[in-house]
Amino acid sequence: MSEVFRIAIVGSGPSGLSAAAHAAATGVSHILLEKTGHLSDTIFRYQKGKHVMATPSLLVLRSDCAFSAGRREAVLQQWDADAKAAGVNVRYNAEAKAITGAKGDFSIALTNGQVVRCETVVLAVGTQGNPNLMRCDGADLPHVQYQLDDPAEYIDEHIFVLGGGDAGIENALGLAADQAQANVVTLVNRSADFARAKEANVKALMTARDTGRITVLSETTPSLVEPGWITVETPQGVARHKCDRIIARMGSSPPRKFVEAAGVAFTSDAASAFPALSPTFETTTPGVYVIGALAGYPLIKHCMNQGHDVVEYIRGATDLKPADEPILEAKLAGLPGKMSVSEWLEFLRSRVEILYGLSPLQMREFLLDSEVKAFHAGETIFERNGVGSSLFGIAQGSVLVEVDPKNPAITVPIPAGSIFGEVGLISGRRRGATVRAGDNCIAIEIPRTAALKLMAQVPQARETVNRITTERQILQIFKSGLTPADLAEVLPLAQTVEVKAGQPIMTEGDEGDDLFIIRSGSMIVEKQVGGKNVFLSYVPAGSYSGEMALLDGGRRTATVKAAIRSQVVRLPGAPFRRLLAKKPELLKRMREEVASRRKVNAFVEEQKDNFGGVVDMYSSVASFLIDQGIGEATDVLLIDESLCVGCDNCEKACADSHEGLSRLNREAGKTYAQIHVPTSCRHCEHPYCMTDCPPNAIQRGPDGEVFISDACIGCGNCQRNCPYDVIQMDKPPPEKPPLWRWMLFGMGPGPGEPDKAWREKQPKSKVEKGKVAIKCDMCIGKAGGPACVRACPTGAAIRVSPEEFLSVALLDRG
Amino acid sequence: MAGAHGQTQRRKTSTHESFLRHGGFLFARLSLALCAGAIAVYAYAAFHDRLPQGGGTTLGYTLGALGAILIVWLALLGVRKRAVSDGHYSLKAWVSAHVYLGLSLIVIATLHTGFKFGLNVHTLAYGLMLLVIASGAVGVWAYATLPRALSNNRGDTTRKQMLGEIHDLDEQLLEAAQPLSRPNAEIVRLSLEGTDIGGGFWRRLFGAYGDCANDHAIALVGPALQVASGREATALRKVDQLLRDKAKALGKARRQMHITALLEAWLFVHVPATFALLAALLVHIVSVFLYW
Repeated sequence: MSEVFRIAIVGSGPSGLSAAAHAAATGVSHILLEKTGHLSDTIFRYQKGKHVMATPSLLVLRSDCAFSAGRREAVLQQWDADAKAAGVNVRYNAEAKAITGAKGDFSIALTNGQVVRCETVVLAVGTQGNPNLMRCDGADLPHVQYQLDDPAEYIDEHIFVLGGGDAGIENALGLAADQAQANVVTLVNRSADFARAKEANVKALMTARDTGRITVLSETTPSLVEPGWITVETPQGVARHKCDRIIARMGSSPPRKFVEAAGVAFTSDAASAFPALSPTFETTTPGVYVIGALAGYPLIKHCMNQGHDVVEYIRGATDLKPADEPILEAKLAGLPGKMSVSEWLEFLRSRVEILYGLSPLQMREFLLDSEVKAFHAGETIFERNGVGSSLFGIAQGSVLVEVDPKNPAITVPIPAGSIFGEVGLISGRRRGATVRAGDNCIAIEIPRTAALKLMAQVPQARETVNRITTERQILQIFKSGLTPADLAEVLPLAQTVEVKAGQPIMTEGDEGDDLFIIRSGSMIVEKQVGGKNVFLSYVPAGSYSGEMALLDGGRRTATVKAAIRSQVVRLPGAPFRRLLAKKPELLKRMREEVASRRKVNAFVEEQKDNFGGVVDMYSSVASFLIDQGIGEATDVLLIDESLCVGCDNCEKACADSHEGLSRLNREAGKTYAQIHVPTSCRHCEHPYCMTDCPPNAIQRGPDGEVFISDACIGCGNCQRNCPYDVIQMDKPPPEKPPLWRWMLFGMGPGPGEPDKAWREKQPKSKVEKGKVAIKCDMCIGKAGGPACVRACPTGAAIRVSPEEFLSVALLDRG
Repeated sequence: MAGAHGQTQRRKTSTHESFLRHGGFLFARLSLALCAGAIAVYAYAAFHDRLPQGGGTTLGYTLGALGAILIVWLALLGVRKRAVSDGHYSLKAWVSAHVYLGLSLIVIATLHTGFKFGLNVHTLAYGLMLLVIASGAVGVWAYATLPRALSNNRGDTTRKQMLGEIHDLDEQLLEAAQPLSRPNAEIVRLSLEGTDIGGGFWRRLFGAYGDCANDHAIALVGPALQVASGREATALRKVDQLLRDKAKALGKARRQMHITALLEAWLFVHVPATFALLAALLVHIVSVFLYW
């Protein structure tokens, strides 16, 4: 029989290679099995010249292979050299098919029929696994490929890229980037939208499509591949196109079946679940270890460290401290209780509810991003209106929330295990209340991005945050002295529902008595009057809908549909009615609400009989504004064109109060019935610009204004992400002479944004400033409020919030 | 918990109300009260002292001082409009006050004259003031009536887009003219090189584009088409369509410039007359105190 290796390592990516190198360096008998003919296939398959990042920068690299950020080629070259120098025993073209046996005597069957025997197995196969293959006829033809090495390699070809993920889009953009290559590039996407791709990539693709550089076929699947041709099924029917090359980037599946066949259990059935691991990376099958991306660590540095560590553990190390130990030690120093790092990790993980679902390894990584803080009883944790969007989890003690800004003595306690500060996760608003420690407490502060990542990766954490925020939102909306105990019956039945723009949550005439709470987004209420849809009202986030049928029975009296993508909580009617029976105060409150809504309904109906045109106008203006995205705005500039004389004083005032650059374009934008929505920031409830700002420079001010701080690095992500085109990249012009010198002596360009010619004539300042993102900040910090409105001579420019403006008051306009 | 929305720390200023209706006609009422008061006091004094109350009496001085202060303050609107400060002010309120208090000057200054007029600098100042007010009244009329026309004409297009459209059509015309014979190409050339989009202020103000080169070109294409055949005719038909599209685009842009010119025209009287008035007023005041 063949040699029995101490360790067999499956997969030669960063983690597997690092493990093999360490095994070689320490003289452990080992074999590295690589499916392909080269090391580290995932990175090998990166696009030519791609920059490989080395984050997190704080983390120390502990490996026998070197690694630093750089081009793909340099990284691969370094690793080839390191593997050779260490004397790694690698077997290429060795794809593992099945693992059998037990600790001390495993057999790894390869697809080529060979069998490798070993005492322990380290699975470092990554999550990329095998790319998903094309399944139609002709998919095995040689011009179908699953990677794109160098986009510059192809000239004058008809190329089809399959897949609407980031890989597909990046490949298509790369192929079409240089027009001199004269490639005819088509991107085929199976679904109608590009939900899986980064927004910036989608935007770049759309621009390429609009300028005719890339053809995009949506809701399309390939059905036949022939030499020189491809046949696709589109919503309009079957079409045959000229095609010299197909690049299929339709994702890849982690090899879960292969791993499970070795007896390894996963943490859950979810597609995103990872194998259950001990702190030494051992799976539920003794002797089988999992490291790298398959263990939940997508970053190269982590992977390489784990490769080193797992070999140490197999060699019998018990006191090995992970590479991040010094960072965590420093982080936790100064806290009371003198616990070790692993004790702290367990302390936090077992006490803070949202962290229950994390494995010890994930917890360790998670803590790298977070801070643990101790507070004395009575100490303020954050103040009302303070900047900050982090989430806190209470590990020990409790905190008090000052719910009444006028009387700090009125507080609501939050017990250990729970969270606070969660509002920052949703909208990036400033702190809504002051929170102070109730008794001596220990809390973990989680930055917004880390918290969002946690919620995306750990379903249990997401559910916990959702449950707690729902409960708090209900208490806040209904007030009336409700306590969490009162909701005990209702809350477990509450259902969080995502609603697309335009989708109804209830339809006029339907049965139903559920109550809906709008958590995010907004709703519009419509009613059929005389065969036409009449706009009744606008329901912003933080309100409820459906109370009429709930209280009075009967069918729905109006249709309520989402103005923009929204999230609602559906509370079933029966238990809520039982709650109302117990709480007369709440019942009274809701009755009043119903009465006022009935009044609005009656008023609209009455108006309809008198002058139908007015109500029609009101409805159509309201739907026009909703179409313009006012539904997600918090404060938007509108221009009443029946008053606007076109003097552009709004733009001039904007430029003069903001370093000489106007953040609004009065003329651009749509107009309906003399109401004009200029190109200017709407300060969205959920700002698109905020989603991907590397320096976290986009924040929300105390009045709800979304603004960009000096931390802007000019990357342009926010400009690409904004669907309303209100962000521009520019650098502030040189300073103008004072106004009086212009008025008396005609010096300088006068009020407003200086023209290009004047800007270029000015002497260049020594410190050349780069372009930064510029947008409306609602004149934050200026006592008089937005300059555009103050400077309008006729009253045409107004700033409104949708709930104020989209009300029956609109009817008065005639 | 920490769920309260952001707290507004400053006043909301956006009331949807035009400058004429500002504050529920606050300045209209103030101005009316001022005029009524001035007339009442004047009538009382005139009846009591049995003589017309000229500028030299106590009442005359008071009215004159009030008028002069008003004129200077009203003229400062030009500064207020351009000086964007951070504090709490509303240009709309200033304009509203400017309109109504400006109108009140008719009463106050007339009472100040004591109905004595002559061929002198004093009456010149009075006349200039009336000219300023009259031109201002035209401005109020323009501001109240023209914006709708301006908005309806432009729809969703901006100035830049209007000019861009004409430019695009010019490029298409140049392209379409390539296959044409020399004399027919000259027609296109006429439109391309001879068309004056806006022209001077007077042309814009009166919308006087009777001699538009593009219109001439359209008139010439018709007869040329009748004698053309084959490729030439196809190309000419395309040119004809493009010229008509250009005429439409020109019409829109010119209407926009015409309305804008109407909105500005009164200022060409109002502003210079204001400076003349300020000068005459200074001479009037100085001469009164030196030589009266």
